[in-house]
Amino acid sequence: MTENQPIIDVADLSVEFVSRDATVHAVNGVSFTLNPGEVLCILGESGSGKSVTLRALMRLLPSQARVYGQVMVGEQDTLRMSERDLADLRGSEVAMIFQEPMVAFDPVYTVGRQIIETIRRHDKVDGPEARQRALKLFERVQIPSPERRLKAFPHELSGGMSQRAMIALALACSPRVLLADEPTTALDATVQIQILLLLRELQREFGMAVIFVTHDVGVAVEIADRIAVMYAGRFVETGPAREIMGNPRHPYTRGLLSSTVQGQLRGQRLEAIPGSPPDMTQLAAGCAFAPRCRHVHPACLREVPAETWPTSDNMVRCLL
Amino acid sequence: MSSSHPKPAGIAATGSSDLLMVTGLRKYFPVLGGIMNRTVAQVQAVDDVSFSIRSGEVLGIVGESGCGKSTTARLLMHLIKSDAGEIAFDGQTVGDGDGLELREMRRQMQMVFQNSYSSLNPRLPIEETIAFGPKVHGTPTDKARARARDILGKVGLDPGQFIRRYPHELSGGQRQRVNIARALALEPRLLILDEAVSALDKSVEAQVLNLLLDLKQELALTYIFISHDLNVVQYVSDRVLVMYLGKIVEIGTVDDIYERTRHPYTQALLSAMPSMDPDKRIETPPLTGDPPNPINPPPGCRFHTRCPFAEAVCAAREPELEFSLATDGDEHRVACHMNTADSGHTRVPA
Repeated sequence: MTENQPIIDVADLSVEFVSRDATVHAVNGVSFTLNPGEVLCILGESGSGKSVTLRALMRLLPSQARVYGQVMVGEQDTLRMSERDLADLRGSEVAMIFQEPMVAFDPVYTVGRQIIETIRRHDKVDGPEARQRALKLFERVQIPSPERRLKAFPHELSGGMSQRAMIALALACSPRVLLADEPTTALDATVQIQILLLLRELQREFGMAVIFVTHDVGVAVEIADRIAVMYAGRFVETGPAREIMGNPRHPYTRGLLSSTVQGQLRGQRLEAIPGSPPDMTQLAAGCAFAPRCRHVHPACLREVPAETWPTSDNMVRCLL
Repeated sequence: MSSSHPKPAGIAATGSSDLLMVTGLRKYFPVLGGIMNRTVAQVQAVDDVSFSIRSGEVLGIVGESGCGKSTTARLLMHLIKSDAGEIAFDGQTVGDGDGLELREMRRQMQMVFQNSYSSLNPRLPIEETIAFGPKVHGTPTDKARARARDILGKVGLDPGQFIRRYPHELSGGQRQRVNIARALALEPRLLILDEAVSALDKSVEAQVLNLLLDLKQELALTYIFISHDLNVVQYVSDRVLVMYLGKIVEIGTVDDIYERTRHPYTQALLSAMPSMDPDKRIETPPLTGDPPNPINPPPGCRFHTRCPFAEAVCAAREPELEFSLATDGDEHRVACHMNTADSGHTRVPA
């Protein structure tokens, strides 16, 4: 894998939302690379900037957002592309799936029509052929009676079914990168695992690279090759899933794992992280986790810890 | 209540120490349609549910969306009216002429909701929100406020700092603490927690769970803990009730449910739990498809359309909730033909 050119190379990405009253520093200098066929999970709590990071890659942010840095997809910098080139890239090179498929689909057209339209927009094939391909996709994502479901409107599909339809839509033009923003969070447990397994299967089959955003450690472990733990708009730790779970280095990662309930002894108190996440409109100078960290010392409050690399695979931003 | 129904285990076992006893609870919601806006179908949200809860225990209720767990909670609180069934609190029937009045029941039983924001009045400062309940129940204003400050301290919020604040000035975890304080202001004995920690971030969820378990000790509370998170339910519950499409499919002690699982649906729920270990990933999904629509649920056993062990009898007849054939004691009950001695299912243990 290291031989390959990374398919996505993000350098020092920052996003601010500017309004009259305040500036929210949602993302504060995120850098990473993604190799072809690799699954990266961005794990973080609400407000940590994980979804904003994902959307910034495709420039799907509202107009009051200011985006800095560089996002290379292949040879192109998406932050500096024209809207027209970007429209070509979205869907064909990089596709995205969302938490609420019901909202992602246009409610007044059938799902089949929306998929066929996508295929024809990018691949310049005729109607019947596009229809054939849409049908194949529906079969591939295991939608029962696909012929009938193509003619269904989004509201006629159940939660799991519409998520499958959205995956089919995302895969319509065989993208090299799939961006997934909490695609299983709104689903029931027994359906969530079906969708995760389907994504894992399709990822292998198509050889796609995937960036998967979630707040759920369990979900991350099911799907990720590598995990990036995000806090207050920064990656505080990245590494192979096995390393993050088995040997977490950053105090926030450790706190997150120990406060996640998973077969702890009943009656034993949970090791919660004290306090609550920081206010993103006024971040302090030092490490953003310092106010909640039990190992804090004066140097933590002076400046943001730089990236350190304990091994070539693991990055951690902590002075300890 | 149908006469064929066995008595809930709790009655026989412990008699009058049951704090809450529910028998034959049922709620169908009408689906209106057509030009005359008539009832064209019914959602069988809760169908013939019976259980009991003992003083001082935590009963977990689990199930997927649409299984009726939140409707059950609302029926218990009389926030919606049940079609049939009886609810008795501490031996007194709630709501019928000579039993416990609704007003008195709500002193004894309170509820915390999932959405911490919509369940607080945005125009009231925290102190007023918490003091509101006691005032309605006749506590003088200054006494009610004093109690509000006292309880705010108990849930870990500094009264001096918080009493004047409004809900929008608080974080999610703080708001949920206020909701717990509001529920506790009437000094209830039973607290229904309907997905009370589900919307919180993990690091905050752990804080609130610790708080709930501390409060239970300190105030001798009884909890009904509704959640879709099986890990959390296992951690907090003494007994667990599993629901599927409006029916109880399995109920028992936490070890009965997690270690001596009998119902295939419970089994599927448990094996859908992520392992948290990259070397033990789930390889095959335990179930296929979505839960069926609770409008016109499948005949017979409602789970038979997704059950890997379904046989002819499962589609033909609905299984009763019966004592587990595999467990000693009178706690563990299962509604499955594989657990019914003369059902004709080939997998009934000999």
